[in-house]
Amino acid sequence: MGERVLMKGNEAIAEAAIRAGVQAYFGYPITPQNELITYMSRHMPEKGRTFIQAESEVAAINMVYGSASAGARAMTSSSSPGMSLKQEGISYLVGAQLPAVIVNIMRGGPGLGNIAPSQADYFQACKGGCHGDTHMVVYAPATVQEAADLTAKSFDVADRYRNPVIILGDAILGQMMEPLVLSEVSPNPPPKPWALGGKRHGRAPNLINSLSLEEGVVEDWNWIFKAKYEEMKANELMVETLHCEDADLILVAYGTTSRICKEVMHQARAKGLKIGLIRPITVWPFPYKVISQAARKTREFLVIEMSLGQMIEDVKLAGLGDASLHFHGRPGGGVPQEKDIMEIIDFVLVNKRVGRITTRGTVIDWEIS
Amino acid sequence: MTKGKIEIDIHMCKGCELCIAACKFKVIGLSKSGQVNKHGYRYLMAAHPEQCTGCGMCAQVCPDSAITVWRLASNT
Amino acid sequence: MDMKKVAGRSPLWLDKPSPYCPGCGHGVVHRLICELIEEYKLADNCVFMAPVGCSILAYTFLGLDICQSAHGRTPAAATGIKRVLPDTFVLSYQGDGDLASIGTAEIIHAANRGENITTIFVNNAIYGMTGGQMAPTTLSGQKATTCLDGRDPSTGMGYPIRVCELLQSLGGVTYLARTAVHTAAHVAKAKQAIKKAFEVQLGKKGFSLVEVLSACPVNWGMQPLEAVDFIEKNMIPQYPLGEFKDEGMCVSPKAREGGA
Repeated sequence: MGERVLMKGNEAIAEAAIRAGVQAYFGYPITPQNELITYMSRHMPEKGRTFIQAESEVAAINMVYGSASAGARAMTSSSSPGMSLKQEGISYLVGAQLPAVIVNIMRGGPGLGNIAPSQADYFQACKGGCHGDTHMVVYAPATVQEAADLTAKSFDVADRYRNPVIILGDAILGQMMEPLVLSEVSPNPPPKPWALGGKRHGRAPNLINSLSLEEGVVEDWNWIFKAKYEEMKANELMVETLHCEDADLILVAYGTTSRICKEVMHQARAKGLKIGLIRPITVWPFPYKVISQAARKTREFLVIEMSLGQMIEDVKLAGLGDASLHFHGRPGGGVPQEKDIMEIIDFVLVNKRVGRITTRGTVIDWEIS
Repeated sequence: MTKGKIEIDIHMCKGCELCIAACKFKVIGLSKSGQVNKHGYRYLMAAHPEQCTGCGMCAQVCPDSAITVWRLASNT
Repeated sequence: MDMKKVAGRSPLWLDKPSPYCPGCGHGVVHRLICELIEEYKLADNCVFMAPVGCSILAYTFLGLDICQSAHGRTPAAATGIKRVLPDTFVLSYQGDGDLASIGTAEIIHAANRGENITTIFVNNAIYGMTGGQMAPTTLSGQKATTCLDGRDPSTGMGYPIRVCELLQSLGGVTYLARTAVHTAAHVAKAKQAIKKAFEVQLGKKGFSLVEVLSACPVNWGMQPLEAVDFIEKNMIPQYPLGEFKDEGMCVSPKAREGGA
């Protein structure tokens, strides 16, 4: 049995990574994930592992690229503007088939924004914020425990597919303290015969590279990536569903927002309203089938996000049949309020769309435009 | 007996002529117009091999590592 | 009578022609690096960092572990490798766009941290791979496709950047030198400097960088032999040759060749 501790999300992610055998961490200070780099600066050198506060987020992701190409478990973390800086490096990781773990503790944007929580980097993480046909498993933890567990898992997943993995958190998750159990793990990274450096003992030279000027080569590589993405979709999907079997309205939310929705769901159930929740734990791969299946019985879906609406496009894509789709979101650091979500539930389920919605950020019968 | 010998791999050579400038003994010459290697370059060759001292200056400046140089192993 | 081989192609240079232009300096520098890797028996535990630029193509014909990294980020990627494999010899190879333009932050900080890597900086005063645009190292008055009338610092195009002079002030730099490879005599001196840089890494003594003035005949619009003259008469006065730092101490400018 592991150790039960009280930790901030940022620190829990760092500690979980250390226990998972991360050998190199490179980061740059940016609120609201500074506790992560600070924790690493203290504990990585203690364990004889590599820590560098790099000159920029760009340098940090490229240091990760280097360590990953040398076969080491490598990680970086940042927040939204810094994540934008990393996109080139992430594309190179995908193109060169390198494992790495990248943590984004999202904050309000666009631009410099603020240091409040946000989920507006969903498109960036899931639709390939970097150039090329890139995809990677994206975990969206909702509790500090889950953040630790998924961080530990992400190193195995990255190594399994030779592909980067993103942990998508937000300022609330990063900053809040919750109890969690940290398990004793024996990290078991697979052998990496493709890695550079170390004594070759006669092995042929290896190449870590994402360029080829020869005709057809990069296309062939992309078909290899496609096969990997299909495997990830088949094996790595994680989703939680609560009370959907008899639901008249299903809330769809991930991360911190899902906690707010859970609370709303409990309150609504207490009032006799049949509310369910679908919580993607991986936002890539996305639980399209779970949603379209639920839409066979449930007529109303309400997506809640800390953004102007990004995941909702994937909910729509899932295919809801005749079911209605509604949205409530708060961008730029705003956090959805229980009372506002309840107001929409009342409007749709109780008042049968008679009356008016008083909050901004709500769209009834959302359509893509 | 010449003191040195060079061999130029004509298919690695690109005819840049830097070796001609480096050679103090006028050993090297460019192939005739129309005489090209499989990549279409005119190439350098030992036009006066008897003058070669094996100093190696040509190989020092060759950007294509096209020149191998031998020198008499002497005990002076 | 016995003939001893005194020069030839390194076995690390695979049996393929180099993709560089006739008279390009890269081939000379690659050869010196290969010779030193062989002399110090490093090939079995070595990573060559191939940057973006003409020398990205080194991966097609050098028989070494090679890491191709993003443009300008070579020192960061090299840092990532060396920190986790401190006994692996890491040779970081960069051109003037990679090092002196997009990668200025990365080289300054890798040097400043004293990363135990060896950087070879090939300065040919132009962007070769992309067809001849102005580089940070392009000389005043020198023409390039993005300064067709010649580089003019008075109109906001900037001055030619002297990388050795720039890095000299950084505490983490142990060995810093500028050399050239346009004549046999200069090639021999360049090899000595690169050898010293290798020894800094092998002795775990910190950061070493050797700048090499090199020809780009095609983009300079010259024949290879004219390009040799350009280095001698135009580049060296702007970029004086010699050692800038040795064993972590600055070397006096009087010890350097050329002017300014």
